[in-house]
Amino acid sequence: MMAKKTYTVSVYTENNVGLLNRISAIFLKRHINIDSFSTSESEIPNIFRFVIVIKIESDRIEKIKSQIEKQVDVIKVFYHTDSETIFQESALFKLPSDVLFEKRQVQNIIKNSHARIVTVSREYFVLEKTGFRHETEKLRRDLEKFGLLQFVRSGRISVTKSKLPIRDLLEKFKQNHTDQINTDHE
Amino acid sequence: MEGIKTSSVGSNKPLHISGAEAIVRCLLAEDVDIIYGYPGGAIMPVYDELYKFQDQLHHVLTRHEQGAAHAAQGFARVSGKVGVAIATSGPGATNLITCVADAMIDSTPIVCITGQVGAHLLGSDAFQETDVIGISTPITKWNYQITNADEIPEVFAKAFYIARSGRPGPVLIDITKNAQFDFMDFEYQKCTGVRSYEPEIIVEPKKVKKAVELINQAKKPMIIWGQGVILGNAEAELKELIEKSGIPAIWTILGLSALPTDHPLNMGMAGMHGNYAANLLTNQCDLLIAVGMRFDDRVTGDLNTYAKQAKIIHLELDESEVNKNVLVDLVVLGDCKDSLRLITEGIKPNSHPLWIQNFKDLYQIEYDKVIKNEIDPKSGLLTMAETIEKINKYTKGDAIIVTDVGQHQMVACRYAKFTQSKSNVTSGGLGTMGFALPAAMGAKMGAPDRQVVAIIGDGGFQMTIQELGTIFQTDIGVKIVILNNNFLGMVRQWQQLFFDKRYASTELINPDFVTIAKGYHIKSKQVNKREELDKSISEMLNHEGPYLLEVIVQQEENVFPMVPSGACVSSVRLE
Ligand SMILES: Cc1ncc(C[n+]2csc(CCOP(=O)(O)OP(=O)(O)O)c2C)c(N)n1
Ligand SMILES: [Mg+2]
Repeated sequence: MMAKKTYTVSVYTENNVGLLNRISAIFLKRHINIDSFSTSESEIPNIFRFVIVIKIESDRIEKIKSQIEKQVDVIKVFYHTDSETIFQESALFKLPSDVLFEKRQVQNIIKNSHARIVTVSREYFVLEKTGFRHETEKLRRDLEKFGLLQFVRSGRISVTKSKLPIRDLLEKFKQNHTDQINTDHE
Repeated sequence: MEGIKTSSVGSNKPLHISGAEAIVRCLLAEDVDIIYGYPGGAIMPVYDELYKFQDQLHHVLTRHEQGAAHAAQGFARVSGKVGVAIATSGPGATNLITCVADAMIDSTPIVCITGQVGAHLLGSDAFQETDVIGISTPITKWNYQITNADEIPEVFAKAFYIARSGRPGPVLIDITKNAQFDFMDFEYQKCTGVRSYEPEIIVEPKKVKKAVELINQAKKPMIIWGQGVILGNAEAELKELIEKSGIPAIWTILGLSALPTDHPLNMGMAGMHGNYAANLLTNQCDLLIAVGMRFDDRVTGDLNTYAKQAKIIHLELDESEVNKNVLVDLVVLGDCKDSLRLITEGIKPNSHPLWIQNFKDLYQIEYDKVIKNEIDPKSGLLTMAETIEKINKYTKGDAIIVTDVGQHQMVACRYAKFTQSKSNVTSGGLGTMGFALPAAMGAKMGAPDRQVVAIIGDGGFQMTIQELGTIFQTDIGVKIVILNNNFLGMVRQWQQLFFDKRYASTELINPDFVTIAKGYHIKSKQVNKREELDKSISEMLNHEGPYLLEVIVQQEENVFPMVPSGACVSSVRLE
C-alpha cells in the first residue's frame, strides 16, 4: 500500500444546511479519519469554506476531491500538501491564577512561546497561542504541570500559497447565465 | 379565492395560494402528469390539492411506498422524463429509501416528495417524525427540507433541474406540514442553472484527436458501453461510431437495448454472467473504449487482471467516475453524444474481420455448451431461457422488458431481444429484489403504447406482490411472467458452487400465484408443459390488460457463463 500523506482539503460551498453531513458522509463511507475540520465564511460573502485535514494515500486524494466536488452545493475543491499552504491552529489554555503570580517559570513560558493572555480573573487566567501543532503541543506539555484546568485546540485553518480562482468561477457562471437568459429572449 | 382550475400556471401576476397548492402547480409547470404515492397525516394538505387537480395530474395509489418510487423509476427509465413519488413522513418516507438508493446508483431521475411534521415540532420526536434528510443524504443527488411555503417554487425548480441534468439521479424534498398550509405568492420559473453545479462539460478537441489516433492504430479494438449512452440519448452516435470503425461492441446490463440485439457488431453482455466472448476478449483486445459506464465490479471482476494488455479510453460525463476503479490511458470528459460524434467524424472507416472472427468462434463454443441446451431442451422441465425465446418470438424485440433480480434477470438480459432503446428496465447497481413489478407499472404508464413484460422470480415477486392491487385498481396492462423455480435461485446457485450445496434458507414453499392473481381480478395461468408454452405466451401477449403467467421452470438450473465473484474476467466458466 502507498504511504499516507497529510492533505489540506479546501471546499468552497454555498451556505447550505446539511452540507456538513453530506461532506462528512463521503469520508465516513470510505473509512477516512478526519484529523481536523473547520468551516467559516470565505473571502466571498455567502460562500463558505471548509478546511479539512486528512491523511490519505496520494492515489486516493483525487478521487475524494471529485466525490466532494460532485455534490451539487459544492462550488470547488482544492487539496494541498503542507508545503503548499500556510496553516495555523489556535489553542486556548485555562490555568489557575495563582501560578501566574507565584511561579516565575510560568511567566517565562508565556514569554518564550509568544502566547497571549486573553483574560485574567481572581481564580483563573486564559492563554491563547496560535501556531503549528508542535508549538501548541509543546506549550500544553510545558503548562501541564502547573495544573492546566482546560485545554482546547481548533481545527487547522489554512490559506494556500497559490491563487484559488473562486471569484472567476462565479463570475463565469454569472456571465453564462446572463448569456443564456439573453438568448432565451431572442 | 380564485377558481383553482382556471388560473393558468406561469401567469404573470402571482397567485396567492397555499403551499400545498403551490406544490401541485410546480409539478404541472414541470409537465408532470402522473405521480405515484401513498397518503398519510403529514402530506394530507397536498393530497387535498391532488384531489382538486385530479383532471390534470393523475395520482396512482400504490400499495406500498416502495411500489410508488419504483414505479416512478420505471416511468423515468422508459420515458426519459423525471418520475415523481410522494409519501407521508416517518414510515412513508423510510419506505422510499431503498428506491432512492437504487435510483442513485442507477442514475435514474426521480423526485421524491415527503411530508414532514410541522416546523415547530422538528427535533421533538413528534409522531411520525423521522430525519429523512439525514437518512437520504448519502443516497440522493440533492435533498432539501422546506420549512417555509415561500421556498416551494424555487426548490422544486431546482429539484427537477438537478434530477434530470448531467448524470441524472434522485432528489428528495421534505416539506413540513406548516409549509403546506401557509399561503404564499406563487410564481414559477424553471431552473436553468445552479452556480455550484456544472452539468455540461465541453469536450476537449485534443482529447478527441488523441482518441481518434488510438482508434485508427488499434488492431483489436473493442467498445464497452453502459447506460450513459441511453441517458445521453446517444444511441445513434454510438451506432455510427461502431459502424464506421467496424469495432465490435459489448454492453453492461444497464446499457442493454441501446443498440439493437441483432446488430452484427453487438457482441453481447459483459461481466459476471455476460457472454463468453465478451469476457474473454476483454483481456485480449488492444484498445478498450468505454462509453458511459463506470467499471462496476460485476463488470470487471478482479481489477488487477482487467484489460491490462489494452489501452483504455473512457468517455464519461461524471468526472468522479474517471480513474475510480480502472486507471485509463485517455479520458474524454463530456457528454458522450458529443464525444462519440466528434470521434466518429475523425476516424477513418475500418473493419476488423479477423478480430471479429474471434467473437464468432467463441460464440459458437458458448452456443454449443450453454445456449443450445437452454433455449432448446429436449426433455425435463421448462427453462428460463426458452421462455424468454418464446417471448422474443411474439414481441419481435419490440417490447419493454422489466426484470427483477436473480437468475431470471441474468437469463432475461442474456436472451431478450431488443430493437429499441430505453426498453430494458432492471435494477443493476443495487440489485433490488421487488423492483420489477412496480417498475413495470411505471414503465407501462411511461410508454402506454408499448408491450411491457415483467420477468420476475418467485422470490422477488413476493417482495412487492401487493402491487397487483395497484395494477387492478388502475388497470395497468402489464404482462407478468413469474419464472418459478421454487428457489431463491441465484443464491442457491452460489450455495451449490461455493458452499457445497448447503441450501440455507433458499428453498421457497410458494403460494398458488394463479389464485392470488385471480384474487386481484387479474387474468392468470400456470404453464409447466413445453408443448403449452408457445400458446400460453401468445395468449398472454394478446390479452388486453394485465395478465400473469406463472412458468414452472427447472429448480436447479444454473446461469452460465459465470465469472466467479472477484475473479479475472478471462476465467469465465461455461459450466
Ligand atoms: C432486497 C434483496 N434481498 C436479497 C437479495 C439477495 N438476492 C439476490 S438474488 C436472490 C434470489 C432471487 O430469487 P428469485 O426472485 O426467486 O429469482 P431467481 O434467482 O430464482 O430467478 C436473492 C435473495 C437481493 N438482491 N435483494
Ligand atoms: Mg426463484
